[in-house]
Amino acid sequence: MTEKLIGYVDALKTADPHWVVDVTDALGEVTVVIPREFVAEACRFLKEGHGFDMLADLTGADRGPEDDPRFEINYHLFSTRHFSRLRLKVLLSEDDAKVETVTGIWKTADWHERETFDMFGVIFDGHPDLRRILMPSDFDGFALRKDFPLRGYEPYSLN
Amino acid sequence: MGLENTLFESLPDVVTVKLDAVVNWARKSSLWPATFGLACCAIEMMNTVSARNDLSRFGAETFRASPRQADVMIVSGRVSRKMAPVLRRIYDQMPEPKWVISMGACATSGGVFDNYAIVQGVDKIVPVDVYVPGCPPRPEMLVHAITMLQDKIMKESVKDRRDTFEAESRVSKVPGTLPVTEGTRLEKQMETEVAKGDTSRPYSIPSRHERRKSS
Repeated sequence: MTEKLIGYVDALKTADPHWVVDVTDALGEVTVVIPREFVAEACRFLKEGHGFDMLADLTGADRGPEDDPRFEINYHLFSTRHFSRLRLKVLLSEDDAKVETVTGIWKTADWHERETFDMFGVIFDGHPDLRRILMPSDFDGFALRKDFPLRGYEPYSLN
Repeated sequence: MGLENTLFESLPDVVTVKLDAVVNWARKSSLWPATFGLACCAIEMMNTVSARNDLSRFGAETFRASPRQADVMIVSGRVSRKMAPVLRRIYDQMPEPKWVISMGACATSGGVFDNYAIVQGVDKIVPVDVYVPGCPPRPEMLVHAITMLQDKIMKESVKDRRDTFEAESRVSKVPGTLPVTEGTRLEKQMETEVAKGDTSRPYSIPSRHERRKSS
């Protein structure tokens, strides 16, 4: 079922063996863990060489403050040409939560990265306009972090 | 015609009324709500205007998209932190006299959304005249709220509105700021009556416009 997807992973490995750290093949989906310094290169390779012309989703996840690496950034790639989906994952530690932007590859990444920054505080290096998109501009903290208090920090918690 | 004939037979050409009575009667009979649908309560608000519930029986069916033409703001739905300044601005753009109905649990108290994103009650931002409970309230409850507001308007005095109006005019120093005064004559009267035990606190509380500072 996932032979075709594994083929793209092999292509990544052939292009540069450092690009692929880990591969998960479960439930008919393939997830590739990529070191953060290579993510833009690998995305460009998959888009231009293997027809992944659409970034279906870009989002983050927080594994909790006690975990290291704490954050993961997920890139859901989709190809409208051969109709297959591939997930790339970048793991980031809390102290250095920075990753290179992919806005130069898919324009739609602009708002997705702004949302991920707004909710998790992950910095996307090279983003043209990295500011909050959902929360007010004077909001304190990052709302989807696990250690964020439900009612927010003052003065927002006073409401 | 019916009404004209009866009036002409039973009343003289000239009648004497209290100014408050006739002004308030005119105000309450043509409340124009500003559409402020924020969430699912807005669906019930739309239903209130529709044929089955027919809010036009009470003269409040003319929903206006411009706050400049509206008298009453029906805040229907949860107010997010980001929406709060917008809501306040639209309220400030409404000409006096103006009233606010807080529709539903979320607008009244935050409802189930006790979190960083939602304002815990729209009365933190604008003075509210009538609160409607429910999640969402049925259209009948909104109709009831409108009629309660009409009762409340009939108890107002034109003089009470005057202070607020002047301080909020174009020459006021801080535009959009509500003045802080001791409270209206009606409020004082009610407070003394309640203190003496003559009456119980009324179902709809008198306007708090004069007491509340700008947000």
